Order: sequence, then C-alpha cells, then structure tokens
Amino acid sequence: MDDIKYSNTPQHDHEHSRTSYDDQKDYGTPAIQSDVQITLTIDDREITVPEGTSIMRASILAGINVPKLCATDSLEPFGSCRLCVVEIEGRRGFPASCTTPVAEGLIVRTQTPKLADIRRGTMELYISDHPLDCLTCATNGDCELQDMAGAVGLREVRYGYEGENHLKAEKDESNPYFSFDPSKCIVCSRCVRACEETQGTFALTISGRGFDSKVSAGISNFLDSECVSCGACVQACPTATLIEKTVIEHGVPEHSVTTTCAYCGVGCSFNAEMKGEEVIRMVPNKNGGANHGHSCVKGRFAWGYATHKDRITTPMIRKSIHDEWQQVSWDEAINYAASEIQRIQTKYGKDAVGGITSSRCTNEEVYVVQKLVRAVFGVNNVDTCARVCHSPTGYGLKQTIGESAGTQTFDSVMKSDVIFVIGANPTDGHPVFASQMKRRLREGAKLIIADPRAIDLVSSPHVKADYHLKLRPGTNVALISALGHVIVTEGLVNEAFVKERCEWDSFVAWRDFVALKQNSPEVLGLAMGVPAEELRAAARLFATGGNAAIYYGLGVTEHSQGSTMVMGIANLAMATGNIGREGVGVNPLRGQNNVQGSCDMGSMPHEYPGYRHVSDEATRELFEAAWGRPLSNDPGLRIPNMLDNAIDGSFKALYCVGEDIVQSDPNTQHVTHALESMECVIVQDLFLNETAMFAHVFFPGASFLEKSGTFTNAERRISPVRRVMTPKNGMEDWEVTAALANALGYPMHYQHASDIMDEVASLTPTFKGVSFKKLDELGSIQWPCNDEQPLGTPTMHIDEFVRGKGKFFVTEYVPTTEKVTPKYPLILTTGRILSQYNVGAQTRRTKNVEWHKEDLVEIHPHDAEERGIKEGDWVGIASRAGETVLHAKISERVQPGVIYTTFHHPESGANVITTDNSDWATNCPEFKVTAVQVSRVSQLSEWQRHYQTFSEEQIGFVGKNPEASEV
Amino acid sequence: MKIENLVSMANQIGDFFKSFPDQEQAKKDIAQHLERFWASSMRDQILIYVIEKNGEGLEPIVRDAIKQHISSNQKK
Repeated sequence: MDDIKYSNTPQHDHEHSRTSYDDQKDYGTPAIQSDVQITLTIDDREITVPEGTSIMRASILAGINVPKLCATDSLEPFGSCRLCVVEIEGRRGFPASCTTPVAEGLIVRTQTPKLADIRRGTMELYISDHPLDCLTCATNGDCELQDMAGAVGLREVRYGYEGENHLKAEKDESNPYFSFDPSKCIVCSRCVRACEETQGTFALTISGRGFDSKVSAGISNFLDSECVSCGACVQACPTATLIEKTVIEHGVPEHSVTTTCAYCGVGCSFNAEMKGEEVIRMVPNKNGGANHGHSCVKGRFAWGYATHKDRITTPMIRKSIHDEWQQVSWDEAINYAASEIQRIQTKYGKDAVGGITSSRCTNEEVYVVQKLVRAVFGVNNVDTCARVCHSPTGYGLKQTIGESAGTQTFDSVMKSDVIFVIGANPTDGHPVFASQMKRRLREGAKLIIADPRAIDLVSSPHVKADYHLKLRPGTNVALISALGHVIVTEGLVNEAFVKERCEWDSFVAWRDFVALKQNSPEVLGLAMGVPAEELRAAARLFATGGNAAIYYGLGVTEHSQGSTMVMGIANLAMATGNIGREGVGVNPLRGQNNVQGSCDMGSMPHEYPGYRHVSDEATRELFEAAWGRPLSNDPGLRIPNMLDNAIDGSFKALYCVGEDIVQSDPNTQHVTHALESMECVIVQDLFLNETAMFAHVFFPGASFLEKSGTFTNAERRISPVRRVMTPKNGMEDWEVTAALANALGYPMHYQHASDIMDEVASLTPTFKGVSFKKLDELGSIQWPCNDEQPLGTPTMHIDEFVRGKGKFFVTEYVPTTEKVTPKYPLILTTGRILSQYNVGAQTRRTKNVEWHKEDLVEIHPHDAEERGIKEGDWVGIASRAGETVLHAKISERVQPGVIYTTFHHPESGANVITTDNSDWATNCPEFKVTAVQVSRVSQLSEWQRHYQTFSEEQIGFVGKNPEASEV
Repeated sequence: MKIENLVSMANQIGDFFKSFPDQEQAKKDIAQHLERFWASSMRDQILIYVIEKNGEGLEPIVRDAIKQHISSNQKK
C-alpha cells in the first residue's frame, strides 16, 4: 500500500471505500454508547455489547442476520413488522428483537421452527397485498421485501390476491426526482420516521387506521407538501415504494465510488452509484463524518448539471467581447492566454494581472492557481470568492483566537445546551447540519436566533426559538456589545476561564468598554429595534444555560462591520468560557463546499497556504525555495481593488477559475464596467457564466464527478473528491492551470492531484500529516493534522488558543453609511433558498427549478399596502447603485421597513442594487444592507432589458457546440 | 484607484481602532492594518495624498497614523 499510485482514470470500488468492518452494513438499530458492557448468548454465540443495545443489533454484530423490515440502523426501533421476533429462554412469547434490549446472561434463539412459522405467516400477509412484479420492478435485486421473502422461505400465499387490496393505489410522480408508488408500500413507517428523525421536517405521516393506513405527504402530493426532497425517505424505504426515478429509468447501479458533494459547506460524503461512466444515483454515505448518511435535495438529486447540454467542453478564444467565439484546441487556447498575459505584463507592468479562485474549486486547484499567480505572474494579486462571504471570519478569528477556522466538529452540537444562531439560515443554507441541530433541539437544547427575518428555525415542527431577536439589518455589533454588557454587568463572566486562557489586559479593556451605559440593551436596543428585556434574557440564557455554541453565517460577515462582529462573537465565547471543548465554540457556517479549503490554500492576496502572511520572511523563503522563483513580500490586490484598478486602467488581465463575479459580487454594473476595461479576461468554468460573457478566453472546466481532489468543509474536514467519469472537457481543472504555467515557462510536474496535496503537506504545518493515502484510510481528516494530531483535530483550542492567549477586542457599534432616507426608505437584505445554490449555475440546470423558478422580493404587508403592491405584482427596487424588477411576495417573515430577496437567477439583478460598501477590515461587501425604494411597475428595469439583449447575443456567439451532450 | 475610495476605506479602519483605550497604539494598529492588507500601490497613493493634500477628508487619527507610521515603514 505504501507505494500506492493514483492515476487519472475513473475510480471503481476500491478498498478505500470499504474496510474489513462492513461499515455499509445495516445493523438494524442505532449504536448505543455506554460504559456498561453486557454479555449474552445468541444462537449459542456469546457476544458482549454496550448496555441498551437491542438484541437485533447484538445479533447482527455477532454475524447472525435476524430477518427485519421496519428496522434500519438510522432510525429508532419501531417494532411493527414482526419479522425480527426471537425466543428468549425464561421469557414468554416472541419479543421483537429490535425493541428488546440486551440483558446480562440472556439466552436468545433467532431460528426455531416456531419463529420460522411466525415469520412465514407474516410475510404471507405482506405479499398477499403486494404486486408480484418482481422481475420488472425497479428494485429487483435491491429490495428488502424480496430478500425477506427469500429468507423466510415463503412459497405460497394461501389467501389469494382477489380480496380487498391496495394494488390499484395511484402513484405520486409529482416530485421530479423520486416516485411514490403506494401499491408497493408495506406501511413499515420507515419513511415517516426518517422524515421525523433524520430530516426533522415531519412532512410525512400515516393517515387512516388499520387496513386504510397509508403514507401521506399531506393534502395533495409530495411536491406541494412540506417535503424538502432530502431523500431520507427514499433511502429508508425497504421496497420500491419510494425510489429514485433514475433507477426506474436505468436499473440498479453496478458499482459505487465514495466522493464528496460539491454544494454547501457541510461537505456531505456520498456514494456515487454508477453504471459504467454514468451516475445512476448519489446516495449519502452512512459513514460520512459530516452527514452520517443524510443528504439534502441538492447533493442527493441535483447533479444532472454535470451532463447538461449547456456545458461547454471545447476551449474558445476571441479578440473582443463583441466577437463570436472561436473554438480552438487546448494548445491554442493555452498558448493564446499565455501570450496575452506576457504581452500585458510587458506593456503595463507585472501588477496588471491577477487571478481569482473559487470556493467551488478543490484544494488542489486553488493551490496551483495561487502558485501560478505568485510564482509565475510574480505578484500576490490572487483572491477568492471568500472575499465576498467569509473573509471577515478569517480576519476576526485569526485576531482573537489565532486560527481562521471554526472551532468545532458538527457532532459537537449534540452536546450543546444553548444554540445561538446569528445571521444564518441553516435549514436552507446548510440543511444536513440543520437536521442534526434540530435533533438536538428536539432533545431539549435552548435556541436563540438573531435575524432580521423569521427563518424556518424560528418556528418549525417540534422546534421553537426561545428568543428571536429580530434586529434591524446592520445592527449586529450593537447586539453583541449589548449582550456583552449584560454578561459583564450582571456578573456572568467566567473569570476563571478568562484568567487562565486569555490576555487579561485585553479582557479588561473589553469589559470596561461593554459595561458603559452606551452599550446597555436599553440604549442599543433602540438601534436594533429589539426590547431590552429580551436582550437581557437572551444574554442570561447564553451565559448560564450550560454549553453554549454560536453558529453564524453571512448575516454576520457581509456588513460594513463584519469583522468587528466576528471578533465580538469570539469575545462572547471567551468571556463565558464557551470554547475549547465539545458542545460549545464559534462555528462559522461556510456557504460553499470549499470556502474553508480555498482560504486554507493561500488564495487570499496577503497570505500563503496555512494563513501565513506574505511579509513573513521565513515562510516566504520556504516557498521561494520550494517553487524556485522569487516571491513578493507585498500584499496583492483584493477582488474589489482589482476591479477599481481595472476601471483606472492599471489592471488589464484576469484569470478567473470557477467563479462568477458578475453575478455574485456587488454593484454589477461596476463589475461589468471593470471587466470591459480589461484586455484579457480568462474564464475557466463548466458553463458560459455571466463573467464569461465578458471574457476573451474560455477554458472549459470539469465537474466534481470528473476530477480528483479534496474539499474542506466548515468543520475543517478534508474529504476526498474522486473521479468517477472521464472529464468531458478532456482535462481536470488543475491540469489546465498547470498547462498555463508550462506555457509561461514554468513547468508544473504533477501527475495527479495527490501530488499537489503532497506539496501542500510538505509546506504547510497544519496539513503536514495529510495525504490521499491517509484520506483513503480514514475517510476524512479534520486539520490540523500533524505529528501531534496524526488523525486530525475535531475540536480546536482545547488547552490553549492557537495564538496562545485569547485576545479580546473592543467592538464599538458604528452605524453603516448605507442609511435609509426619504428617497430610499427601506432596507434590502439578501439570502438564499434550499433548492438553489449560490449563483444557481448548477442548480438552475437541474429540476430543482421546480421549487424556485425565480427570485422574488419579500415585502411586509404594511409596506406593500402603503405602495399599493399586491402579491405577484412587478416591483421596481431602486438603490443608489441601480434598479431591478422582481415579482412581489407579501410576507410577514420580514419586518416592516425591510425587504428580502435571493440572488440565484442572473436576470434578477439582485446585485445590480447592492452597493460598493464593504467591511472595514476585509472589503467583504455589505450585501445585507442596501437602502432602497420599491414601487409597482409594469416592465423590467433598463438594466434587465439590456441584460436580456446582451446575454442572448453572448450565448449566440458560442454557436453550436458539437461536443455538448444532450440531456 | 479613486482617492475618495481609499479615504473612506481608511476612515472605516480608523473607526474600528479609534475606540481603543491607547490612542498611540491605535495609530500603530491602523498603520499595521494598512501594511498587512493593502497593496503597496494603494498605500503609496494614500501616503502621497497625506503628504501633498494633508489627507483632506481623513479622520485625524488615520491621517496621523499614516503620517507617523506608514512613512517610516516606507523607508525601511
């Protein structure tokens, strides 16, 4: 194994996806943790298991497969199918092994003539009301009912099939991804329980009683119900009742490869179930460290974009953005791009070029792009889309606790007593983690939410926030200072922790500052629009309710005081001693799959991989020696600086990999003006995205299914991305970057993505122990992974902070300059929705559009009425930056004075309205606060009309792409 | 880059540090922030602006920070 070689061929089911312990096996009931061990005898085999384990699980662990239908180890036992009955010496009757716990000295029999009789009788009843179409059934060969009929030796059904039955029950095909065929349902309730226990949505129920019992998704069908299409029910179904439509269409997959989802920062592990080079379905991996077998509608179902007809698979070049694209060979495209970069650097200076990477890229791709920019372009002008999302997290956490990353593992939430969600919408943005959080909330953890809008978590089935602090957008720092005030003035500081773990002087400065009357809830509450008593009660709960954990998102970072707020969050965690163990901590919920990783890989203009500043002599010498080129000690340009310089005429060429700044960055017209001012824009992407419409060179990219690499999720978990099919564009993305480097006279000699990770590990202390081989062995690794922590680090800052002592910062509330005025009296804030992802380039090319066809603007009934706006009206939204038009959705989720929209569709122009205002420390845009006016209108805005014409023309410039596959 | 942008960005940085109890330290921190996170072209531009136009529009603490600390750092 030591000399394992990785090759660029699609991977099949290697030893790395399975271990000798059959981790994919279903043990019937969940694992139980207990210090007490119980020994019993099952079928003459002695077995020792933790107290509380079911007899079923103990049997299967001992290698004895008890028949079962309603039990599966992702769900609590239910005891309804009566197939798993056993006999226990000294006990009467035939108890169900799934609901009967083990006891010391029990003697259990799982196979006796009487048990065989009972099981056969039970199966006979099931089958008497089940279609006998096994040979043509979609789950033929992959059906638990079929397996059990075989296991119990069912040979005849004496009741006949003519009696009253469910065989004519109508199918529900409304969900685009799975079908529900009640004629095949055995009412085992696994789907209902999965919806409750695994997903926490409670959309499914058993309606009716007795013979009339049936699974129901509410009054109409699945699509119109509360169902969020997470797939947990499909996964749990033991028959063909709930099944992926792709399996119905193509049949059962023949091999499987474990890989990592390319959507949000949860980073779910999936088994890509394949037929040859075709994905049949993506099934959540029950051993996935982040998801434990759960999934959401995006990762589970929305991967069809990878083979969408819009994919561009041939390189293209053009002289001007008003010309048609010319399809060219890879060599020609690479050489043209290289010659343009050389020409521009010769003419305008080294600093006239730069690169942008994306959180959608693998670690390896990001690493080679920043290496290209630093070592070959000779500048530090490299930035990443974390600039517009979590750059304040990187800055704020580095300053306070010493490491630019979340402190916990996701599982930590199961030990939290108080969960504080600030400016995050986990059920939509991080759905799989939200399910875990909701599980903990159902167990009784308290919940505080700070959000201008009533997100789903505020009130959903069996989850209700104890406090919803409905603050005005832009007043986060007021909130965190006011909470600090209560904690300090009411004597709730954990002084022992602060004395031992933090810089005392910095604490004193913070303590004295927040204790000022100007920071009291009574004063700051007025700015926030939140009653002082609520703030006081929430602060008391946070400080005294046990393990308190903070989860936050872009509602914290995307503000003019984003970095201040991140530091304020760290202050609060340190002051209450809620950091450095399980159940607590500061947890940034990362938007995209590889936000953490792309930052780790040195994609920011001021730091090398591992967050080491470019001015640090020792680090620079290390990289100069490894890369063989002199490196600049001067921080490079950030994305907004590059754009400003482009407009000024000093920045002329951009290499943009996997990112779509035209759609995702603020003030669209400013961005497009900057791109129009450049002489060479190189875009590498799957699709002709909005930025590519302003490009001169297009390098087609590979989807996550077509390449090897790693993603690092919000809990610092590095997970493998495995190539399951040949890249349609001919190259993995890092190969394209390496080819560009070669053409610029700097050979990059990697044979495989694993070579790149080896280089990262050799140069980055926190990644020292990371390799593809170790990832194969462990499944995933949470950095730091080094000699001290060879298996990785789930919880950080345990005995001391990475920076030594934690440092408090004074966080004065400075109101944003983006103020409401009579001309712009409302505040627009933006967010995202479950079914769509970021700019939507991927999800808009899947059937997920059935849930979200367009971006709507949410307006409070009061504001709507004042302006004569009704549900569905066209509404013009004007800000200081621009104007766009969306359909109205009247909703009390937003507060009066605040409107809300999403940014998943380019024609919405949500970022035409957002402004250039940004965070003071990092230039992260103030996406969450834009002063606007809204009014009823009858046509699209001027920008939108221009966009329609422009984008149609640009798409026309691509012409017919002969290699694109039809879907 | 437009000097107005740089001035407002620098003032925002000043807004954070000016609430620190030690004002001399705050100036050093402001200057250090510019050194660590601004490209030298941006730093040079605002430094020239401070020297030639006395940093009109800059908060006094920011102007002083640039005058006292950035200038000395540029000479090293």
